[in-house]
Amino acid sequence: MNGQQMTGAKALVESLKLAGAEVVFGLPGGAILPTYDPLMDAEGLRHILVRHEQGAGHAASGYAHATGKVGVCLATSGPGATNLITAIADAQMDSIPMVAITGQVGSAFIGTDAFQEADIVGMTMPVTKHNFLVSRADDIPRVIKQAFHIASTGRPGAVLVDVTKDAQQAMTTFEWPESLDLPGYRPGPRPHSKQIREAVSLLMAAKRPVFLLGGGVLRGRATEEVGELIEVSGAPFVTTLMARGALPDSHPSHLGMPGMHGTVSAVSALQRSDLIVNIGARFDDRVTGVLESFAPSAKIVHADIDPAEISKNREADVPIVGQAAEIARALTAELRDRIAAGDTRDYETWWNTLDMLRDNYPLGWTETEDGLTAPQKVISRIGAISGPDSIYVAGVGQHQMWSSQFIKYENPYTWLNSGGLGTMGYSVPAAMGAKVGQPDKVVWSIDGDGCFQMTNQELATCVINNIPIKVAIINNSSLGMVRQWQNLFYDQRYSNTDLNTGHGSRRIPDFVKLADAYGCAGLRCERDEDIDATIQQAMEINDRPVIVDFTVSADAMVWPMVPSGVSNDEIQIAQGMSPEWERDI
Amino acid sequence: MNAMSAMNAGSSAAAGSSTSTSDYVMTPENQTLSVLVENKPGALTRVTALFSRRGYNISSLAVGPTEHPEISRITVVVDVDQRRLEQITKQLNKLVNVLKIVQLDARSTVQRELILIKVTADNSSRTSVLEIVQMFRAKVVDAAADSVTVEATGTQDKLSALLGMLESFGIREIVKSGEVAIGRGGRAITDRSLLG
Repeated sequence: MNGQQMTGAKALVESLKLAGAEVVFGLPGGAILPTYDPLMDAEGLRHILVRHEQGAGHAASGYAHATGKVGVCLATSGPGATNLITAIADAQMDSIPMVAITGQVGSAFIGTDAFQEADIVGMTMPVTKHNFLVSRADDIPRVIKQAFHIASTGRPGAVLVDVTKDAQQAMTTFEWPESLDLPGYRPGPRPHSKQIREAVSLLMAAKRPVFLLGGGVLRGRATEEVGELIEVSGAPFVTTLMARGALPDSHPSHLGMPGMHGTVSAVSALQRSDLIVNIGARFDDRVTGVLESFAPSAKIVHADIDPAEISKNREADVPIVGQAAEIARALTAELRDRIAAGDTRDYETWWNTLDMLRDNYPLGWTETEDGLTAPQKVISRIGAISGPDSIYVAGVGQHQMWSSQFIKYENPYTWLNSGGLGTMGYSVPAAMGAKVGQPDKVVWSIDGDGCFQMTNQELATCVINNIPIKVAIINNSSLGMVRQWQNLFYDQRYSNTDLNTGHGSRRIPDFVKLADAYGCAGLRCERDEDIDATIQQAMEINDRPVIVDFTVSADAMVWPMVPSGVSNDEIQIAQGMSPEWERDI
Repeated sequence: MNAMSAMNAGSSAAAGSSTSTSDYVMTPENQTLSVLVENKPGALTRVTALFSRRGYNISSLAVGPTEHPEISRITVVVDVDQRRLEQITKQLNKLVNVLKIVQLDARSTVQRELILIKVTADNSSRTSVLEIVQMFRAKVVDAAADSVTVEATGTQDKLSALLGMLESFGIREIVKSGEVAIGRGGRAITDRSLLG
């Protein structure tokens, strides 16, 4: 390839292949037209035509999460590019390796408010790890190489490459650069042995330690190493929303998910701990509650690939910067040495407390009063029937929390959701991307009736490209999480949360008819006794996407809950019900 | 393309006002950072946008080329406590175009700012104004029937004192360059090896 004469557009396509891209999700338009021409017969690079650029972005993100590879999306200038922004911000917040490529108006037109001109580099600066404007064909291979490197190394993230139309059209002599030429980018910090020793000393001395595992364990492909560390240490661990499945839920040391809708055992363990060993989590406000009252007696060991996360929210006593896998290996080795040298640790009293909390406050739900199905039951049955080898992709809201709570995750990379940005509409396109990346796995999009209506146009993409995802619409006929807050905090005044999609409503739209219109299989389940059979039926349809409209009660709420703005000590296990701490601890 | 225009078309090279208000100020004091960046389009925007989106206050900002055409230098004065300064430094370090950040300690640094002051000065007051200008080793760079324009260079403290003295005559307009700073002694923080 090196030394060949070609257009910038062809160089872009060849560069994507050399950078390792196999799939591109995109939608053409004027400013990216030159690139779509060589893309048409590019071997080894599959382009999937979406129906909206946001879908391309989330699909790339889902693909990246499910495979560990860099997800790639492609759009034209102006509105094509701005439609990508939500998905770019979403990927960046959840540290997903993604490269977004946009066409830009010709360089002579930049700054003239030309047709479909938008300063996408300026707009995405705050929501990307880095971005580039390329206006010379010669620069394309180098920038693509840099973009993939930046997106996938260190703390992964979103990188945007904006390529002017004239750069795509101009002729260039292709040259794939040997070096990266990124003098300001140093992504590979190594953990200091002194900090490893200090961390292990704290772990040996602690009486009430907890490992807090975050999304970094998955992004750092460190699940085995961290698993071994947990085994050797004997300490309990919790998995944040972004880390669900990093270690098996069935692991005896697992206490569940911490945070606003976490388990009583996970939330309380952190609150009462004297040591938190955080690997790859960022002390997000949804985990800590009111920061000042979070884990008041805990010392903090904070391991992260991104030094800026350490002591950003909670001051760390022992900061460890490095790759999660390398840190976990080093901690395990040091721990083994100490144990071999006769050092002892004693977590027995702690485990007695935690076992009692786990036994007394398991996750559960109350039956609904309106006779409609409990949504938790539907989600729980999907997880049980489809099993731990399937991939589950949630939207955002109540169904997302229930999917995290009531599906048992036993394998990493089987739980995808929009954790940081909280993007409604993530599920269907992200599930599509995951299915493209893992075609042999069953991929369930577990979506809300609100979320589904934001991006369901990608069902067309799924049908036409033979991407048979399964969609469970947890249809409570409302914007459920907002409604829950209105129920709890706004005197049950349900302002603008009724969507009219569910039981007893006009069903606008009718999801079964919608499925039919798209050429998908459409099923509806309205009674508890039909849940299992409906899921089984959905499992058996593999030649096209299946949409299941599960009509459920709008009154079901996500519990436990730490109300916004209070300490995690105020966790409620149901409305107005707090755990009985006096008795329990 | 020179450093100033290359870094950010449309943005001035110096700023004297805050980008936003901070709600986290424990023991605020002025801290000076030298930020060495690749001389690439958008580099200054990335730095200043980071300050504004993370809610950090900028007291002063100055930018210009260095002895290496590929490297530009941003001198930024921030009004924050040590913990937040550390966070700022870490966030800046994540910017791909940022090559190096040095926190300049006031005791071992030469810090200078340039100010131009248009002050009211007619026949009755001109002599007094000129006396003050001499006292501060400033100079007059322009004069009119009812005003003089004074140029002064110095630390922010010195310039504040000068302004204080001239205030009673009537200050019509001022412009400041933003502070620049350089470490004392023979060592340089800019180095071609920064570019790999």
